[in-house]
Amino acid sequence: MAITREIEKPQPKLIPWTAKLAEVPWWGLIILLMGVLIVYFIFVSPTYQDAFYFLIAGVRLTILVSLSSFATSLVLGLVAGLGRVSKNVPYYTLSSVYVEVVRGIPILVLLIYFAYVATPLALQFLNWLGTAMLQNLAIGPLVGPANFLANLNIQGVDMTVRAIAGLAFCYGAFEAEVFRAGIQSIEKGQMEAARSLGMSYFQAMRYIILPQAIRRVLPPLGNDFIAMLKDSSLISVLAVRELTHLGKLNRARTFRTFETWNTVAFLYLIMTLSLSLLVKFMERRMAFEE
Amino acid sequence: MKSSVSEPLPMDDDIIIIEHLYKGFGKVKALVDVSLRVKRGEVCFIFGPSGGGKSTLLRCINHLETPDSGRIIVDGIPVTHAKTNIDLVRAEVGMVFQLFNLFPHLTVRENVTLAQQKVRKRPKEEATRVALALLERVGIPEKADAYPGQLSGGQKQRVAIARALAMNPKIMLFDEPTSALDAEMIKEVLDVMLDLAQEGMTMVVVSHEMGFAKAAADRMVFLDGGRIIEEGTPEELFKNPKEERTKQFLSQVLY
Repeated sequence: MAITREIEKPQPKLIPWTAKLAEVPWWGLIILLMGVLIVYFIFVSPTYQDAFYFLIAGVRLTILVSLSSFATSLVLGLVAGLGRVSKNVPYYTLSSVYVEVVRGIPILVLLIYFAYVATPLALQFLNWLGTAMLQNLAIGPLVGPANFLANLNIQGVDMTVRAIAGLAFCYGAFEAEVFRAGIQSIEKGQMEAARSLGMSYFQAMRYIILPQAIRRVLPPLGNDFIAMLKDSSLISVLAVRELTHLGKLNRARTFRTFETWNTVAFLYLIMTLSLSLLVKFMERRMAFEE
Repeated sequence: MKSSVSEPLPMDDDIIIIEHLYKGFGKVKALVDVSLRVKRGEVCFIFGPSGGGKSTLLRCINHLETPDSGRIIVDGIPVTHAKTNIDLVRAEVGMVFQLFNLFPHLTVRENVTLAQQKVRKRPKEEATRVALALLERVGIPEKADAYPGQLSGGQKQRVAIARALAMNPKIMLFDEPTSALDAEMIKEVLDVMLDLAQEGMTMVVVSHEMGFAKAAADRMVFLDGGRIIEEGTPEELFKNPKEERTKQFLSQVLY
């Protein structure tokens, strides 16, 4: 016993001092320093202060857009992901087409397409439906909704809503693949055991497969949430007043490029870093002994 | 699936009726014209070399594998018929797997209560009562709140047996229940199975445990190359097997 202890004793002198330096999270230190500097400026410099108060409304909208798009994309992704592992041919095909098409088009293009092509088209269709209902099916309880559909106006659909829908539609495809991977990573025996107890496919998914799969896909989902928060800056092209758009406006208003984009970048970083902390916390809470 | 509704279903003492079953995986013929009947309360022991079709046959009984042709009737219900609600059959047929397949995200107690609540629609209190009684019976009541990851292999398999029994099945299927266990844990699982057999449970056991066959089996079935080579009582097969292949196999597994 004594001998082994002697051997296992750490020998600090033999470790080169550079190796110790490598363990220090220098990047974290640099980020912290930059953060402290910017916070300091926000308190001291009127230019930064002005930019900060102008931009803070954008932070609120960025968070709102990210949260609601991500929540929607999770639902879409789960539905499509279940389709990707389904044996039902139409369901599988539809999900696959969705994933392949959306994954293959740049998000920026899809956002513009969603806002300026898909939404007007959908509205036209709804208007047509309402008019057709009024002409052919104008009976009792149907008149109200028919009138509503016929009189829907493109101005009634807020750009923020279109942006949220567009982002959710894009990320749903990625989430679908994440869910599919998670579901397929669960051993086949789990489904067999659940089915052998008389559970339906749906019950087995709901109580056995998904709870395990979701734990496994938490890291990629958290990753995607952070990516989506950053990609929400793309909706500035739709003139939604989120952080990046307000950044552009602030620069145009004050001609203070340096201070504006410093603050914008800093605010994004604050959001993404707190998110990764949150994800880490959730992973730890949901872990279980396998 | 060749059977149709118009054919009369044999209703007699045989709780499992398998007729002319064929199943292939690509070019491999897993089952070739297998017919087998299991009586109520019988312990049917299926053995044979690996890849002989034992597990496939067992998995066909509760339709985890879909046979290419042939007919299976479990307790009067044609399993192989397209319109049969297979979930109803499976609730009556418990299955124990080689690799346990416990649900790792649920406690032992929840493993045993989940299907009772969701399939049998029992209230939670009743399901819990049944679960604790069964855990007592398989000898691990103290592990009710543990997670499967904290159990030994033998304990896991006993929980799996309790989980299957909780549904009050009419038939229990065992798919090599001791093959993944350390030698010292095999006995605790076999003891539970022996108890079950003595209580009159209908059991179909795929296994290499010849000792269990001697102690508990009413009938042994030797399966090789997807065909039933020979069947008979343990007495007959151990003392004087008729087929050369059976002799050869038994001489290799028995000391």
